[in-house]
Amino acid sequence: MRRVAVVGAGMTLFRHRMLETGKEMAFEASRMALDQAGLDIKDVDSVVLGSAPDAFDGVHMKGEYLLDGAGGTRKPYTRVFVGGGTGVFVPIAAWWQVASGVADIVLVVGEEKMSPLLPHPQYAFWSIFDPILERPLGVTLLWIFSLEMRRYMHVYNVSEEDIALVAVKNKRNALDHPAAQLAANITVDDVLKSEPICWPVKRLDVSPTSDGAAAVVLASEDVARRITDDPVWITGVGWNVDSTYWTNRDLCYPEYLEKAANMAYRMAHISDPKKEIDFAEVYDPFDYKELHHMEGLQLARRGEAPKLTREGVTQRDGDLPINPSGGLLGVGNPIAAAGMMKIAEVFWQLRGEAGKRQVKKPVRRGLAQAWGDLMQVGTVVIMER
Amino acid sequence: MTKVAIIGVGYSGYAPLTPHMSFKEMMFEASKRAYTDAGINPRTDVGSFICCEEDLWEGISITDEYVPDQLGGAQRAVCTVSDDGLVGLINGYMQIKSGLTDVVVVESHSKLSNVLSQGDVTRMSFEPYYERPFLTAETAVALEMRRYMFERELDDDIPAMVVAKNKKNGLGNPRAPYSAILSMDEVLSSPMVCEPLRKAHIPEPADGCSVTVLASEEKARILVDQPVWIRGVGWFSDTPWVSQRDFSKAVYAEGSSKMAYKMAGVNTPAKHFDFIEVDDSYGYKELQHLEALGVYTKENIKRAVEVGETDLRGPLPVNPSGGKISLGDMVEANGLVRVVEAVLTLRGQGPRSLRGAKHALVQSWRGPPTASGSTVILEV
Amino acid sequence: MESKKTLPGTPITGAEWENEVYSFRKHSVQLRYAWDAGSAVSGFLEGLKEGRILGRRCNRCMRVLVPPRAFCERCFRSTDEWVEVKDTGKINTYSVSYVNNDASRRDKPLIVAVIEIDGASPGMGFLHVLGEVEPSKVHVDMKVKAVWKPRDERVGAITDIKYFKPLEV
Repeated sequence: MRRVAVVGAGMTLFRHRMLETGKEMAFEASRMALDQAGLDIKDVDSVVLGSAPDAFDGVHMKGEYLLDGAGGTRKPYTRVFVGGGTGVFVPIAAWWQVASGVADIVLVVGEEKMSPLLPHPQYAFWSIFDPILERPLGVTLLWIFSLEMRRYMHVYNVSEEDIALVAVKNKRNALDHPAAQLAANITVDDVLKSEPICWPVKRLDVSPTSDGAAAVVLASEDVARRITDDPVWITGVGWNVDSTYWTNRDLCYPEYLEKAANMAYRMAHISDPKKEIDFAEVYDPFDYKELHHMEGLQLARRGEAPKLTREGVTQRDGDLPINPSGGLLGVGNPIAAAGMMKIAEVFWQLRGEAGKRQVKKPVRRGLAQAWGDLMQVGTVVIMER
Repeated sequence: MTKVAIIGVGYSGYAPLTPHMSFKEMMFEASKRAYTDAGINPRTDVGSFICCEEDLWEGISITDEYVPDQLGGAQRAVCTVSDDGLVGLINGYMQIKSGLTDVVVVESHSKLSNVLSQGDVTRMSFEPYYERPFLTAETAVALEMRRYMFERELDDDIPAMVVAKNKKNGLGNPRAPYSAILSMDEVLSSPMVCEPLRKAHIPEPADGCSVTVLASEEKARILVDQPVWIRGVGWFSDTPWVSQRDFSKAVYAEGSSKMAYKMAGVNTPAKHFDFIEVDDSYGYKELQHLEALGVYTKENIKRAVEVGETDLRGPLPVNPSGGKISLGDMVEANGLVRVVEAVLTLRGQGPRSLRGAKHALVQSWRGPPTASGSTVILEV
Repeated sequence: MESKKTLPGTPITGAEWENEVYSFRKHSVQLRYAWDAGSAVSGFLEGLKEGRILGRRCNRCMRVLVPPRAFCERCFRSTDEWVEVKDTGKINTYSVSYVNNDASRRDKPLIVAVIEIDGASPGMGFLHVLGEVEPSKVHVDMKVKAVWKPRDERVGAITDIKYFKPLEV
């Protein structure tokens, strides 16, 4: 197994609607990542792209369409897809290209342009459901997440106030992120009084729909040592997908994420993640998901994440900073690009390049995680200085 | 680093219609066969599952949600490679090479019979601003076909001969639903779709599922008597812009095969292989691909077809399975379908004339409007 | 990254979008599919037409799977037999939806729930909607019963059950 480093990262603004096409956004993020790595496209052996449903863009085989923007012309190029988990999975698919010795330098691109779909990007999510058993009921994506949130609240006796603290923290963290779409200083009360969408989910519990792209460059050890003094190593990767039949599982705890995390921890030789992970970018399309995911990642015991949040442990200056970037709730949620934003944030934090977002304590090891499908997939990457 | 082998193959469907089973049930049947073939239990022995499919061919967004259960992959490392099944296999190969795991399952399927708007789906794969207003799959193909035939000075009868050959090869393959005795004249009198493309050139849609099980050398030697080794892999894309391609050659097939040859140490592709499975869409693609693979040249490709060099009993059989022309178009499964055929043939379970074959090449193309493809070199 | 003052990208405001300040190309398409339901789901839909909820049992792990499937994902084997379960159950989790699937507001909120069906294995939930109850009265573990469409209106679809209603009030 060859060692694999991250040597550069880049991203566009995240906004509800951008003038740039998907190709152009992919290009901007890729160019910035290559620039940071001091590389040119001719140095790149292979390109891996991540993008969520084709229905957003209204383009079938979207990977092929985005190809030239992502720098894939006349190169080995492919697209991988695990729903919302894609953003953190793309670097994993690039990792095995380098680790296996097949490629030395891989460009990793996450792109999402959700705004083209009319009347609203949410509509695309109707088509993720079982066409025979679920779609006839008029199901929406919000249903299933509010069902999961409700179950989590019920089993662990978690209040809406506790959950709202996550939205408050992340939107505030995002004030320091130059890409942020929904950075704000808000209160718990603002969240509780925001418009109910699908109770217990309210407007401010949810991340927005966004356009945006993010990219990183991976390199083999010898290349990384040649081009940078400051490589960040990928030391653990893990992913796991649970059964399709989401109504047959207890939604209070993400077992698939525990398994994905354990796969990554084993590889990174981590036995006590709570102690050994310095900070984490966990997937937060909804505020309760940050808590749920901290528990699945075993950064908190089951039902304990709300308490850690209340005590300020997860703040940027806390013992275990969670989502110092501002997360999806603050920076925005262009799905595959949002997961890649987390990878980029861990990279920048570990190099001490996060500016005002830099967490207070010294950090050596960080974790990025994403989640998706029918509340079913967990993807985990561990990075170290 | 370890060598990687294919230790099990399975399939189901391979028919114009499969109304008796859902895509999940079709996948269950194919994967059961593959696991039995490999002698493994998917619940305990597999480190990773890879599926290849595209949302709009399924009519389900984020379609990877619906794959784990029927493969035995629930609560396991499952992912989708949104690409041809052959690229999925290549990713499985790299997962094993990297040391991540030692057994990987790769699956791909087609339920094209369920897609009532096939033309609309294909049109949505064209670039929306410049290309989609004008192009369809057929026009894009016809533009390339015309230019390729012009540059090689090929008459209409050459692609027709390829179609007739592959239709006939399929007759010996129990899995090929569209095999037939078809004369060159019958191809040439079939209705014109978009000059010079005729109906008989176009592979017919089919349903089907293919599954392969890959393993590290150590595992392969324990589990099976006859592993089929993956000696080289390559994948490559040309420009996505249809009008900016060099229609005279398949750049993606050239790029992917060079990568695979380098890995496998193949210096003289024209002499290395006992048989070849290439994408044979519209007849002319078989020729364009054989050139790109370096097996034939632009000077000798025409003659090779005319004298029957690529026939089943010729010196270099091409598409002994019957190809896409006989097996049907199974969209993202096309590449994996051919891997299954090549593996069975290398094990002596294919055409009688190819018993004892040791070296094979499988090449695939993602279909219009893409210029993306992949190559795998197999050996027993 | 901080050295870069502004990141690439040109946001378009709502007003710019509505006034079509920039160029757009619109494409409207209705994609049509006919999904083969397969043996397990076909049997299930036939059952609904008759006013019955059917599951499949796996004789190895002995679970009764609802909605039914042809294979057991845990044991990785074909399921063995049809089992009729009850049309009652208890609420595992629920939510109140104020929006439609295109994100527009609903005129009247809709209560959705995962219902653990009686007679199926523990945890075998089922997505459906609730009726004849106020949102504030619903609770986890509440017992509910299916309200069926009249026999002659049933077509073999999940909507042959109109909704579930509380057994106790």
